[in-house]
Amino acid sequence: MIHEPSILSVLVFAGFVAITLGLSFYFARKTQSSAGYFAAGGQIHWFVNGVAFAGDYLSAASFLGICGMIAFYGYDGFLYSIGFLAGWVVALFVVAEPLKRLGKYTFADALNSQFQSRAITLSAGISTLVVSVFYLIPQMVGAGTLIQPLLGFPYWVGVVLVGIIVVLIVATAGMVSTTYVQFIKGALLVLFSGILTVMILNRGLKVDTSEEANSPQTMVKLADGSVQINGSPHGHKEGQKDLRPVGHLSKLPGGKTETGPLGPMEYLATLQQSEVVLWTKKEAIVDGVKTTTWTPTPTAGSKILRPGNSPTFKGLQSDKLSSRLNFISLMLALFCGTASLPHILIRYYTVKDQAAARLSTVVGIGTIGTFYVLTLFMGLGAMTSGSIDLTNDNMSAPLLAKSFGDLLFAMISAIAFTTVLGTVSGLIVAASGAVVHDLLSSVLRWEMNDHEKVRIGKLSSVIVGVIAIILGIQFKDMNAGFLVGWAFSVAASANLPSLVMLLFWKGTTKQGISAAILVGLFSSLTWILVSEDTFAKVYGFKADAAAAAAMVPFSQPGLVTIPLGFLTLIVVSLLTRKKSAD
Amino acid sequence: MAGLDHGQVHPKEIEDPLIAARNARYGMVLFLIYLAFYGGFVALNAFSPTQMETTPALGLNLAILYGFALIVAAMVLALIYAWLCRAVSAADQGK
Repeated sequence: MIHEPSILSVLVFAGFVAITLGLSFYFARKTQSSAGYFAAGGQIHWFVNGVAFAGDYLSAASFLGICGMIAFYGYDGFLYSIGFLAGWVVALFVVAEPLKRLGKYTFADALNSQFQSRAITLSAGISTLVVSVFYLIPQMVGAGTLIQPLLGFPYWVGVVLVGIIVVLIVATAGMVSTTYVQFIKGALLVLFSGILTVMILNRGLKVDTSEEANSPQTMVKLADGSVQINGSPHGHKEGQKDLRPVGHLSKLPGGKTETGPLGPMEYLATLQQSEVVLWTKKEAIVDGVKTTTWTPTPTAGSKILRPGNSPTFKGLQSDKLSSRLNFISLMLALFCGTASLPHILIRYYTVKDQAAARLSTVVGIGTIGTFYVLTLFMGLGAMTSGSIDLTNDNMSAPLLAKSFGDLLFAMISAIAFTTVLGTVSGLIVAASGAVVHDLLSSVLRWEMNDHEKVRIGKLSSVIVGVIAIILGIQFKDMNAGFLVGWAFSVAASANLPSLVMLLFWKGTTKQGISAAILVGLFSSLTWILVSEDTFAKVYGFKADAAAAAAMVPFSQPGLVTIPLGFLTLIVVSLLTRKKSAD
Repeated sequence: MAGLDHGQVHPKEIEDPLIAARNARYGMVLFLIYLAFYGGFVALNAFSPTQMETTPALGLNLAILYGFALIVAAMVLALIYAWLCRAVSAADQGK
């Protein structure tokens, strides 16, 4: 689909950027010490930190990816919402207070609190950098993918623009400006998601039996690169055609054609008894001409609101054990991954004490949980109100907003970009903290005074920002949600075993911690690189060839590599225990 | 915007190891309760997905009800934990 950029969206976006940069420059004058730059001096109020957790955590994958997945396939996208929220239980009950007690600036500080080991700092620093970069790529890809339809700029402009703004935010006032950008973004995201949900419920559900809504659509890409839509050239001028947005009901219970306003539970119950038109996609390539056809497929609401409707979770409705293990593995990684993400963990150092760490996590769970409940309504709202772009599932939430008017579209588009800004800022602070404190100061033993630490921290932010821009442009065609899944699996495998065992097993040794981080990190990375998903989505193999080439039985590594991290730590600690005691 | 001078580190808190240990114990119990609840959801989806299609209450299937319950349970357990830890701190301060 060709989306016409709106001037209102550009103006609202510019306003958001001006506010965030204004805040950053204001705080820059007050942020002179390294404690101020990397951890906001430990003076952030717990409530601000709690909402900032939401701003840090709810990335483009959460907002656009989950809404899009629900709009296209129904309940399956909500499985991600459930898994992403459940991870916060581990953060609150297991990690929050000890992490605050043991650390100062980085995740490595906490792991190293009893040992003063350079090997631990090195391995934790590498793990922080790898996980942060994995998480950065999909954010930058999301920025580039959205900028064209929403603001009218080319892909690379989106990536470079976000990169420059974020580097300015981080390089001016570090964690202080990052915190307030995340606070504003988290609050706006939940507020406007709530407004959208109220409007969806107020609009209710409606049947559309018109011929236009129910006719198939075809896109033909010719060998010379030109595109035809339903037999006409692609475009918005006279004689040209564009794909139309889709998504409607074909039947309501009791033969009704319209429901009027509905309550939240009533909305879901009505949808469960209705019939929704989904779109079945088929592709064929003959003599270099690629033909894609979307055919309307009336589907019972009861099937849409159960798991197993999307390509990702289709295996749940089959008898294949590997598909079930793959699902368990993903849900385990989501559960364990949140409390292992460095950019989330460093937020615990921005509050004054353990009580504040605990309370801010409670606020974070409330804010994030509310948002994830709303994702179900926003996704289903897009599915049933003609808000699906068949070629881009990330556009479902903005198009849903557009169905309620241009102002809401402009606000949601601007919030989608602020979503990227907030998360990328957190990631860059985490990465620059790892470079300065872990790698340069602790491992390479660079002598730096406080002022130099801040200066090098700012320089590191610029370098990480440039790397993020380059990777964002390089990985243009990668699926954002897929990469976020990788980051969760790698973080959970590399970081969680060490963190948990350090807290709960006195036999843990420094060698055990270093070994567990490196084994978890490299085993999960290797598993991902030789998995069926990667062969299909990254190396471009066809489905059958990808299945044959895969060297592991299922694509998600967590089920094997998280326990492997624990096992490594236990075995190495037992082997080195006596030596350490000596 | 007074009080937002982030240049100073807040003084290291003086912690009571007994309170920290009690909080950790509460945390572990609540974590295990949630783990069992979440584990049940994952296992049902993986090994008995048809159960998720049954409609036990409110005209909604088990998939939706269990999903919402998991999100609400996380919020409720978080509040219980905050309350328990607060009660412990207050009691200890009164000693």
